[in-house]
Amino acid sequence: MSAVNYAETELQDARSRVHLEGHPVHPLPVPERALQYRESILAGIIPHEAELTAGVTITPGQSYGFFTDTSLCIGCKACEVACKEWNNLPADEIGLTGQSYDNTGRLSALTWRHVEFIEQPGRATSMPAFQSHWLMMSDVCKHCANAGCLEACPTGALFRTEFDTVVVQQDVCNGCGYCVPSCPFGVIETNKLDGKAHKCTLCYDRLKGGLEPACAKSCPTNSIQFGPLDDLTRRAEQRVKDLHALGVDNAYLYGTRGGPGATGGIGRLNAFFLLLDRPEAYNLPAAPTLPSTRVRSGLLAGLATMAGLTLAAVAAFAAGRRDR
Amino acid sequence: MPSLGATFGRGAATTAQWDLANADCVTIMGSNMAENHPIAFRFVLEAKARGATVIHADPRFTRTSALADIYAPVRPGSDIAFLGGVINYILERDLWFREYVLNYTNIASIIQPDFQDTEDLDGLFSGWDESKQGYKADSWQYRAETLPSSLENHGILSGESYSEKVGVMISKPVPKDPSLQDPYCVYQIMRRHYARYTPEMVERVTGCPKETFLKVCEALTKNSGREKTGAWCYAVGWTHHTTGVQTIRGAAIIQALLGNIGRPGGGILALRGHSSIQGSTDVPTLYNLLPGYLPQPHARKGFRDLDSYVREESANFGWWHNMSKYIVSLLRAWYGPDTTRGTAGGYGYDWIPKIVGDQSQLPMMLAIQDKLIRGLLVMGQNPVIGGHNTHAIRMSLPNLEWMVVRETFENELASYWYKSPEVHRGELDPHQIQTEIFLLPGSLPGEKEGTFTNTQRLLQWHDKVVEGPADCRSDLWFMYHLGKRLKELYKDSTDPRDAPIQHLTWDYPTAGPNQEPSAEAVLKEINGYTLADGKPVSGYVDLKDDGSTACGVWIYSGVYPEEGKNLARGRTPDPPGKVGSHQGWGYAWPHNRRIMYNRASADPDGKPWSEAKKYLWWDAEHSRWTGYDSPDFELGKAPDYEPDWSKDPQGMEALDGKSPFIMMGDGKSWLFVPAGLKDGPLPTHYEPVESPVANPMYGQQDNPAAKKWPRPENPYHLVSDPRYPYVITTYRLTEHHSGGIPTRMVPSTAELQPEGFAEIPPELAGELGIKTLDWVVLSTARGEIETKALVTERLRPFDVDGKRVYQVGLPWHFGWQGYATGDIANVLTSIVGDPNTTIHEGKAFTGNLRKGRLNGMRP
Repeated sequence: MSAVNYAETELQDARSRVHLEGHPVHPLPVPERALQYRESILAGIIPHEAELTAGVTITPGQSYGFFTDTSLCIGCKACEVACKEWNNLPADEIGLTGQSYDNTGRLSALTWRHVEFIEQPGRATSMPAFQSHWLMMSDVCKHCANAGCLEACPTGALFRTEFDTVVVQQDVCNGCGYCVPSCPFGVIETNKLDGKAHKCTLCYDRLKGGLEPACAKSCPTNSIQFGPLDDLTRRAEQRVKDLHALGVDNAYLYGTRGGPGATGGIGRLNAFFLLLDRPEAYNLPAAPTLPSTRVRSGLLAGLATMAGLTLAAVAAFAAGRRDR
Repeated sequence: MPSLGATFGRGAATTAQWDLANADCVTIMGSNMAENHPIAFRFVLEAKARGATVIHADPRFTRTSALADIYAPVRPGSDIAFLGGVINYILERDLWFREYVLNYTNIASIIQPDFQDTEDLDGLFSGWDESKQGYKADSWQYRAETLPSSLENHGILSGESYSEKVGVMISKPVPKDPSLQDPYCVYQIMRRHYARYTPEMVERVTGCPKETFLKVCEALTKNSGREKTGAWCYAVGWTHHTTGVQTIRGAAIIQALLGNIGRPGGGILALRGHSSIQGSTDVPTLYNLLPGYLPQPHARKGFRDLDSYVREESANFGWWHNMSKYIVSLLRAWYGPDTTRGTAGGYGYDWIPKIVGDQSQLPMMLAIQDKLIRGLLVMGQNPVIGGHNTHAIRMSLPNLEWMVVRETFENELASYWYKSPEVHRGELDPHQIQTEIFLLPGSLPGEKEGTFTNTQRLLQWHDKVVEGPADCRSDLWFMYHLGKRLKELYKDSTDPRDAPIQHLTWDYPTAGPNQEPSAEAVLKEINGYTLADGKPVSGYVDLKDDGSTACGVWIYSGVYPEEGKNLARGRTPDPPGKVGSHQGWGYAWPHNRRIMYNRASADPDGKPWSEAKKYLWWDAEHSRWTGYDSPDFELGKAPDYEPDWSKDPQGMEALDGKSPFIMMGDGKSWLFVPAGLKDGPLPTHYEPVESPVANPMYGQQDNPAAKKWPRPENPYHLVSDPRYPYVITTYRLTEHHSGGIPTRMVPSTAELQPEGFAEIPPELAGELGIKTLDWVVLSTARGEIETKALVTERLRPFDVDGKRVYQVGLPWHFGWQGYATGDIANVLTSIVGDPNTTIHEGKAFTGNLRKGRLNGMRP
């Protein structure tokens, strides 16, 4: 009985052996740098930790975001807890809502990741691959390419970071609340405790330190994936193809350029989703619009109305003269 | 886990979580894996991404079911009927992996001619002794063997032990009929036994639609054989029954018949209740085991000394023949270098505490009531929540003279005397309780160093991150300094009963202002060392029974093979492209094996069954086994080795080169268990002790050998008792941890499941006029609780034998302390146990449900 005798030449790529018919497999990668930390000894802070945990080197000037793949979500809420712990957020009101296993209710000033639970009617015994009949989805701020909250902010508290994310600067926010109705997703909210606006920062502080956002790092099934936006989009498109090949015809992306969720001048969502039912089932708008696009049309309508009224007034005066 | 021990040789998960990714089919039954083992479930999803089928069979549609391909609803407590149906399907359609099964299991072995099956005796096996309420197992034995009956052991050996007479008594080659024609060969007995477990019967007993059941059978059998493998995962959804051990046996038989043990992507993953529970049975905290599954000496067994203990408890054939080396090395570690072969029964054998009966948790609580136990030291438990019939427990706690609770928060146990419902109802008066109660602050994991031993037998080291606040101390600190003070207290005593404390070695180095003992020094002792120079041994093969070595836990030996080399610290994953046994990540017992019994991954001649499932194989050129894992076989034993019976072979010499199950006396996996289990050689469907229906399969209603304690404060419901018409099943939620102390006390987890609730199917809710968030009262003869209703289609009624059976689901985490509160579910459960393990039946019992509240009874 002694140590293992690896016959190196005999080693096969076990993962490549198993293939889905006609489809290459995309297993979870073991990041190269993970191999550099061979022991559990604490030796100070690991530089660029995201390289170990997500295979990502975080570089200012690049666009980052989340790809939340609901087909892998098991509703464990580790993301909610990790978010609250890292960001030091207190609990929302504590109480049973009766809405399936959802007791935090919605995204709020104090809850920046929120897992929805949607019980679909019927009692199935045979189901399409991955999630069905009890949908679970971890919702978050979308970090829109064109963000309504940011446009509405009169103080400049809301700004776009060097990672292409949208963050509220707490020392600048004056609590005017204009951002609140300007978010087409109902994400941002002012807090009664300090009167200021709060929402997900996509862990701005962690990104600056080379760390993956807390929710993505804690997700046990890779339902929440963090990375450069282009890379995430490629992965997401491949995932949709793989699911379609498995017969999950209803899988689609919400928030990628040109798709649902990225309508009405929003461009795209830097935090986008793979969904398995209509957006409304997840409390998401099917075709959100940027408020400023509505302002433009509203302005034109207003001008047109004014012009019409002017014409009417002129006509009325003219008629009056005729009458006289 | 005596079931896995009795079938394969070691009572532990045969594989590792990450290997699930290599499976073609993953069956989860008796487990809500996505909720209770979310990190392990990652690998199920990885397998799915490669096209694997995932099956979830469970009474409730859970977060696990939502991610499955097939969800098979099964009435609580009817799992054996389901599994028996699968065995019937495999045998009758001839879908078993013939070459694997004929060579690696006891399918051809011949049993005693006077064996009688449940088919002959309406639900009983031969050997039932009504007066002793136990089996005499002589007729279950291999032909021509005279083995001791398990009756002598009834109520004695009742824990998780792979030494539990597994293969112990075999002393000559077992008679076999490779043609499988002998009516008493295991194959023929199994066919007769499972003949009535037809798909129709499965539907009638379990309530699972026949079509769904057949779909499960097809997926299982299609994904097994040379080219494919399937894995099974179970957890406490199987163990929390009076038939728990036999239920797990059902899966073990299926996996052996399909050739899925010892192979990549196969195996049975016993998902343990919480972190390091595997470690607590390995090291152990169980009353009937010494470290490394050595049996605890029993006062009434008449082992006079070390020699008689070894003679009775070791084995003629197989690896267990080495057991004397492990007990002697343990005694050397405990009682030091000054003892000799002649000291106190042999190296201090007399000083080991002896047991006298079942001293597990359930009867321990009754012993408090009977004032047999006067003091209680509780660490890492919250028995007024996690115990059973907890109203009775709370009423008996005042019988204690003292109680010490070590916790990170004030839990319900420490506060029962002034905050429990019994106090509010006036049943307990704090002024009358004479118990002196101490609450000592404990450290959280980040505040101490040490190892976790997880489900896959894996030791992983963790360092201390921060110092605990104020007086918080680690468990190791507490035990070490308590021992120090006891030694000081008794150092001048001449009373012989104080000798065990006086002689105990207790000299770990300490550091820091609080004199924290070194956990690494403890690990080194656990690993073992040579007494002459104190150097670590390289593994348990170095251990001797001549007194020259010391070892705290023989199965862990090898984790610290050289001075300064702690393999539990290892964090090197296999790079992409390797099969993924991750030899450099932590340390797995035994001998860093990640898949146990891996000799079975090769065919009888030592060649891989297929290229796709290659794992371990015989390298003829170098005359050794090689592959991706540490071989679970003698490295140089050729596949064609045969024992020479004329030379009276002993130990491993007696096992041939085609025997992957080296802990068993015959080297084979036991489909039929001739010795070692107290309730029969084959799994048989019995109803739970409390059931709304009569057993549809046999005259025998429940497990005849189940441990029952019928007392006035622990009554059981009769079959179909109209006062208690519904089935109640209790369980955990992903948001909370067991008794709830680490999660209910923390706002960010408490808000996720902030209150207790009961899940109710809409049909039953409609009958009783209950809506979601209404208050409801649940009651049994033991007590009643109130909670809120959550009406959901995820729970369904079952039609059993023409009768509609409703189930109510009840999470059991809640208590009166912390932010997330609720009534205690285990007020409703009874003290009743599996005959082999004394594990309770919280997963299936009867009770009543009504709309409303308990007036004025809420704290």
